[in-house]
Amino acid sequence: MGILVPIKRVVDYAVKIRVANGRVDTAAAKHSMNPFCEIAVEAALRLKEARAANQIVAVSVGGAKAVEVLRTALALGADKAVHVDTGDAESVPLGVAKYLKAIVDKEKPDLVILGKQAIDDDANQTGQMLAGLLDWPQATFASKIDKLMAGLETIKMQTPAIITADLRLNEPRYATLPNIMKAKKKPIEKTSPKELGVDFTGKLVTLTVEEPAKRAGGVKVESVDELISKLKEKGVIA
Amino acid sequence: MVISCWVILLGDSDLTSQFFFQSDLFSLSPEQLELQELAKSFTAKEITPNAAHHDRTGEYPTEILKKAWEVGLLNTHVPEAYGGLGLGVLDCSLISEEMAYGCSGIQTAAEANGLAEAPVIIGASDALKKKYLGRMTEEPLMCAYCVTEPIAGSDVAGIATKAVKKGNSWSITGNKMWITNGGKANWYFVLAKTDPNANAGKAFTGFIVDGNAPGITVGKKELNMGQRCSDTRGISFEDVEVSDENRIGDVGKGFQLAMGAFDTTRPLVASAAVGVARRAYEEALKYAIERKTMGKAIAEHQAISFMLADMAMGVEAARGLVWKTSWQRDNGERNTLLASMAKAVASEVANKNAADAVQIFGGNGFNSEYPVEKLMRDAKIFMIYEGTSQIQRLIISRSLIDAAKKGNF
Repeated sequence: MGILVPIKRVVDYAVKIRVANGRVDTAAAKHSMNPFCEIAVEAALRLKEARAANQIVAVSVGGAKAVEVLRTALALGADKAVHVDTGDAESVPLGVAKYLKAIVDKEKPDLVILGKQAIDDDANQTGQMLAGLLDWPQATFASKIDKLMAGLETIKMQTPAIITADLRLNEPRYATLPNIMKAKKKPIEKTSPKELGVDFTGKLVTLTVEEPAKRAGGVKVESVDELISKLKEKGVIA
Repeated sequence: MVISCWVILLGDSDLTSQFFFQSDLFSLSPEQLELQELAKSFTAKEITPNAAHHDRTGEYPTEILKKAWEVGLLNTHVPEAYGGLGLGVLDCSLISEEMAYGCSGIQTAAEANGLAEAPVIIGASDALKKKYLGRMTEEPLMCAYCVTEPIAGSDVAGIATKAVKKGNSWSITGNKMWITNGGKANWYFVLAKTDPNANAGKAFTGFIVDGNAPGITVGKKELNMGQRCSDTRGISFEDVEVSDENRIGDVGKGFQLAMGAFDTTRPLVASAAVGVARRAYEEALKYAIERKTMGKAIAEHQAISFMLADMAMGVEAARGLVWKTSWQRDNGERNTLLASMAKAVASEVANKNAADAVQIFGGNGFNSEYPVEKLMRDAKIFMIYEGTSQIQRLIISRSLIDAAKKGNF
């Protein structure tokens, strides 16, 4: 069985996001593989180690730097990587799903495992859209994969199928140093929307990004009566 | 530039895989960045959260070292022929800096393996390398470098441990002191005097001694100021029998062997000092932007901000020297002079930064609930081991003056 694992390069989860000019300021921020994608890769690796799969292909849709996370996937144990180079274009779930469909048509995997969502847009759509485009069964928010059982809702599917990985699915491994070195020899194929024959123009436009309202200081009250009168004052209770 | 083209033309995969090669000194290759990232994330997850515990209890970090071994962060110099990665000095300096950032006690225990392995890699026979380096990559073992004695540290030529030839083996008798990993070592690299009448350059020979050889007495774990979880002991040898097969290189070549190892290990100890210096600086910076006095964050007061600037300058300068001497060594150039400079500068920056960090933290800095007092205690040894700051200055000044006398400046 071959597994395809789409992965995304995102701002590292530990970075404190700043908003500037109505956009998220990612210029100097550290980037890494989306944590849910790491869990998806780990799931694929465990299936391969259990001999339930024999090939893992990692794919990433994005600009030139997407290759960084592909290299990490190779160092973790993926056999091959594919980079769909979209240059500066912003990634939107439907577009990514369409490119992934073209990759699926090419690579013909039996299983596609994705992270449930990316931590930058929190869209939680790509896996589902891909399943729709391919007309494949899907098991989303999987917290256990065992001969195609998923989550607390037990789903049985026949391959080919889509799984999106939830947080509790597994604890990702480190890429060991020897594997980082071996990854240098593993191939990273490059392709583009044009080569895949997919013509997609996103219809989503980001109007503005705002930080959540800063937490205002609280007020201490001396008695229950004062609490009730203050709540009434603020219009919280009638 | 020329050298990197040479590597590509040859297309020798063994050569290119021997160390991550890049022609530009000031930027790291993608593989080096990955290496650094691995060391960073391992440290953040496994080392930093446990550092205070190991410092307080002095407990040897066995589990952490085992995990580091599993991930490939130990024994990084061991050549590929013996199961290692054969990384270059610059690659290893990235790892050492990150691990020391988390805890230099734990990092020193790990680095001691490299120290003992260095003379073996330089001068041992293939059979000896297979036997003693091979096992390091097969199991998470530790080893130790035994040169220093109670009577001789800086004065290596003054060591008294002797090795007397008896048939096809040697009998080693003497006392070694301050041996890192002394109580945990599977084998020791031992420098012993084989010719009492020769001058330093010919009087010593290096040996590999099995840790369980009869006649070895391992002393108590020493309680030190800092790097407290690192296992440091006195080791005494009493008529310890060592096969002639365990001799490293020719008789009388031990001194050069021990000194030659420093060209690899000094940059790495220096990079660990950079890690400590950087930790001190970052902790102080984080504290200074939060802590308020006189109505503003203390980072807004010039007294503090200037200290922070000096600390940052120190880290960059020290790291620059470390990278340059590492790069020289990786490129086959003589790096002894800059290795000494890097070690002297980095160790002194680490001490200054740690003390300044305590100062910036004020009363909190003196207290064990905050991370910086440990850094100050840990930093001191960097000016002492691997060649004291005074010895480094001796090496540097001699080198400069000798060169000047020849007309080279």
